[in-house]
Order: sequence, then C-alpha cells, then structure tokens
Amino acid sequence: MLTLKGKSVFPGIAIGPLALFHRNTVSTAVRPVEDAEAEVTRFQKARETAIAQLQGLYDKALEKVGEEQAAVFEVHQMMLDDDDYIESVETQIREEGLNAEAAVDRTAQQFAEMFRNMDDDYMKARAADVLDISHRVEVELCGGQGIDYSTYDEVILAADDLAPSETLQLDTDKILGFVTSAGSTNSHTAILARTLGIAAVVNTGTDLHNDVDGHDAIIDGTTGTVYIDPDAETLAAMQAKKADEEKRRAALEAVRGLPSETKDGHRIHVFANIGNPGDLPQVAASDAEGIGLFRSEFLYLGRTDYPTEEEQFEAYKKTAQALGGKLAVIRTLDIGADKKVDYFGLAPEANPAMGMRAIRICLTRPDLFRTQLRALCRASAFGKIAVMFPMIISVAEVRRCKEILAEVRHELDEQGMKYDPAMQVGIMVETPAAAVLSDELAQEVDFFSIGSNDLTQYTLAIDRQQTTLDAFFDAHHPAVLRLIRQTIENGHKAGIWVGICGELGADLSLTETFLKMGIDELSVSPPSVLPLRAKIRSLDLHGTK
Amino acid sequence: MKEFEYTLTDPEGIHARPAGLLVKEAKKYESKISIFKGAKKGDLKKIFTVMGLGVKHGETIKIQVEGPDEDAAAKAVEAFLKANM
Repeated sequence: MLTLKGKSVFPGIAIGPLALFHRNTVSTAVRPVEDAEAEVTRFQKARETAIAQLQGLYDKALEKVGEEQAAVFEVHQMMLDDDDYIESVETQIREEGLNAEAAVDRTAQQFAEMFRNMDDDYMKARAADVLDISHRVEVELCGGQGIDYSTYDEVILAADDLAPSETLQLDTDKILGFVTSAGSTNSHTAILARTLGIAAVVNTGTDLHNDVDGHDAIIDGTTGTVYIDPDAETLAAMQAKKADEEKRRAALEAVRGLPSETKDGHRIHVFANIGNPGDLPQVAASDAEGIGLFRSEFLYLGRTDYPTEEEQFEAYKKTAQALGGKLAVIRTLDIGADKKVDYFGLAPEANPAMGMRAIRICLTRPDLFRTQLRALCRASAFGKIAVMFPMIISVAEVRRCKEILAEVRHELDEQGMKYDPAMQVGIMVETPAAAVLSDELAQEVDFFSIGSNDLTQYTLAIDRQQTTLDAFFDAHHPAVLRLIRQTIENGHKAGIWVGICGELGADLSLTETFLKMGIDELSVSPPSVLPLRAKIRSLDLHGTK
Repeated sequence: MKEFEYTLTDPEGIHARPAGLLVKEAKKYESKISIFKGAKKGDLKKIFTVMGLGVKHGETIKIQVEGPDEDAAAKAVEAFLKANM
C-alpha cells in the first residue's frame, strides 16, 4: 500500500480505480511554412474558436458555480484577445517564418516567463493561465481534438495539476475524485472542486506514473490522505467511513425543498446569514428560505471613501432580485468595535465593543445613514427587502431611525422614485437593554432578530476572544436563555415575529429549546441550513410545549 | 489630455479578475488610455500589460487619457478604480 499525504480540498471520500489524466499531446514542432498569411489566418481561426469555447465554459461555470468562479473564463477570453499576445504570434509567423503552432507555443512561453519573473506568488501562478489558453489554441491548430472527458468513468483521476477549464469539464457524476501532485488549496481548481463537491486532495508532492494506472485507490478528503493499493484493513475502514458520510449527506439531502417543520406540524423558517452578494450562489445551494442577516459592512470595508448611493443600490438590488421574492433582511452599517475603517475617522477607544459603533455612528452622522436608507428603499422595489437596525438600546433610538426612514421615503416620493412602502423594519436584540425593554420596543417594529453573540458577551461581561476566560464562559448561560425567552414572548404579545441570527441559532443542542420558546426564524451560515432543518424535522413538540 | 493619480486600497492589488474588468472598462472608450507605475508605462486596454505591472496595495498609479472622449473615459476609469480597487 502506498500512502500519500496532501492537502484536502473537499472532505469527501472516494474509492475506485485510479486513472492517469492524459492531455492531448499537441505538436508544436517547427515546420516550414510556405504561405505566412494563410498561417496567420489559421491562427486567427483557432484563436476565435478557442474564445468561443471559453465563452461556453463561462456559461457553464456561471450555471454550476456562480459568477465569482466563472470570471476566470472571462479573463481567459480577454487574454486571447490581448493585442500584444496576438501581435507576438503574428510577428513570429510573418517575420520568423514559423508555423502557427510553434509561434503560439513560443509566445506562450514568453508570456508565462514574464509572470514567473514577477515578485509575488499570485502573479507567478498566472503563468499557468497563459499556458492553458495557449494550449487550447494549439489543440485547435492540431485538428481540434479536445480531451475526451467521457473516457473517465467511475475513476479517481490523477494528474500533476488540473486547469480550471479541465476541472469544469469533468463529468462530476462520473469522476469519483481527484488527486494532484501539485496545485494549492486556493487555486481556481480547488475552489471549483469544493463548489462542485468532488472529493479531492492536492499537492501530494508525488507524481504518479503509468505503473499505478488502473490500480485501486482511496481518497480520504477528511484527512488529505490518498491510499494506492490499499490493504484489506484500510479498505474496510474507509468503506465504513464513506458509508457514514453518505448516510449523513443523504439525510441532509432528503430534507432539501421540504418545510422546516416538526413532526407535529410546528413550522418555522430557516434563513441564511451572508456577508456580500458573492455569497448568493451559496445561499441558493443551501436551500435557505431567505436571508436572515445580510451584513452590509462589506460595502464599506477595504476602500478609501464612502460607497455611493448607486453602488449600494446595485448591491442590494442584486440581492433582492437573486432571492426571487424570498425575504432578505439587510442590517444597516455595523462598523466600529472589531471592524475599523480609516476614512470614518473614528477616534481610538479604550473599549470599542462599548463605543462608537453601528447605529450610534448612523445617528451621529445622519447623512451617512440617509444614503444607505435611500439605497435600501430603492432596492426594495425589486424584491422583498427588510431593514434591520443594530445595537439598539432604547425606544428613542428606534423612533429616531424610523423618523429618518420616513424622511427618506418622503424624499423618494417627491423625486418620483419607486420603493416598497410595506418594507418591514426590525431591530437586532443584542444588548441586554433591548432584551429587557423588548415589550416596549416590540410596539415600534415589525420583527426582532436576536444577535446571540453580542447578547451573550454583554450579558455575561465576557469577551469571547479572551481564551483565558473559557472556564467562566457558558454558551448556554441561563441568563442569556432567559433574555431570549423574554424577547420572544414580548415580541409575540405585540404580534411580531422573532428570529435568532447569531451562532446559537445553529447550535443543534438548543433547537428544541428555541422551538419550545416559540422562535419563528433561525438564520445560520449556508452550510448549516440543511443540518438545522433535519434537526427541526426530527423533533416532536407534542405534550412538551 | 486628462491625467490623475490613484493609490490602490485593495489588499490584493490588481489581480486577474479586476484587471480584466478594468481593461473591459477602458475598451469602452476610443481614447488612448495609459497606465504608469513609476517609470513603467503600459496600455490600459491590454490585460497582460496591466497584470504585468504587478500593481500592489498602497502603490500609486497614474492614468493618462488622450482622445475624443477623454473626459468621459477619465471619469469612468477613475470611478471604476475607486469602486473596485
């Protein structure tokens, strides 16, 4: 048995015969050319075909893995459209009398060398992109016989490395997994494998050769291990592990598309938390029934000046449209505390968690707040958006927020701009003050969302980052649970819905407790949606309520 | 001729995808658009040139626009840089 250690890309387990990945060998040897112009035409035709193929791959990637990951194929098209690249190939054909294959190959090597000589690892790795696109043109020049991916059926693929375009074309229903000797967990290929859910281990450092082609192999993506010619003991252990894994996953898949309701018919909503529109494909894949917390900070972080109304509007509109009528709860700016942004010009604070943050910034600088609210209202015309204010501690704050919102709506009316007048308005309950006053606050809003992380930290006066305090920390502290119960009860008395969007929402050991308290919605990270729904569907509240 | 400077705030610098989007933006205009990093100069409509400059976080680039639609082009490129980089 040969055991290889690499880096895990996706924690699946695959068992099956190994198949070495063979690329089409293209001949880029120099041969004499009689008609240089005909050769240039041949190159141009091959280049155009390659661009069309890349457009096809882009469309395929867009559908399978989303815009963010598909972008690489758009960049590849632009590379084949680059004037310097084209000129280099044509010059070598015309002036050095090279055939198109050789001219493309030399150009590819020159451009790859430029990237390899750059001083950062990311740019060095772009040499692979140049070689990939050039190879595509060379294949076209050599008769257009692409790799026949259909020959890889029910096998574990072994390669030195896989280009993103190659990974995308693998039939993921047939490929059991792949192992590469090179590559990194941050490559496009790795990200694609994760999104597609293929068991994969990369960077084993060991090249596999024909002598192991067809041999039995196992990929254990949970540990990053690859076994070739496994002994009976390893095989049995891995088969058992795989069966467990499949059972777990099948149980999750079984609840996809089903309502989040208990055996006795008590239904709640399971939503997803996200940080930016790039996560929208994950929300769709997670089968969440909506977005319970959209952190709008991403619009403000990593830049030098405030985002404009238009920029914000586009981001919120995109989110609203992507949700297709499902609710998206967007939390207004929560900068401050651990999220600092230079251009806000916030003074250093001794205790930032209790300082100038979130709604306190917005109410101190209403212009900033107005811009965000205008963008949110305008986007509400394109789907179902709710707005949520963070870090509330008093009724007066909520009233002030609502006044500003009313002014913004009035302004939009005057300008003849559309918005959804029924847009729900809610608050985060994440301070003990808000939980204690939840009866009064419930009179002011359409919903509560309990931010359990901050509520716990403020109630217990324990900083979660401070590991020396672990002995004192109790994630299920009765004081926090009592505040949550009180918030839910006060919300229901006023006829509004109450959800949880902090980490406690995904804590399956508390699901039954929250359901008994009457929680209406739980918002969790996208991968936690199906496990939570499965948990809810396994519960029976009869007689225990 | 229009000219302006911009200091990159994106922690990753000009990576492949943003470089692609930047080139795409530049190609919408007829004007000649050049990018300078120190003494190095390149054509903003060429993706390999833009990537090859290897502009990193905190570095300042100069953009020079010359042509019939230079006002609009300079404005659009500057807005694009501010929004994305």
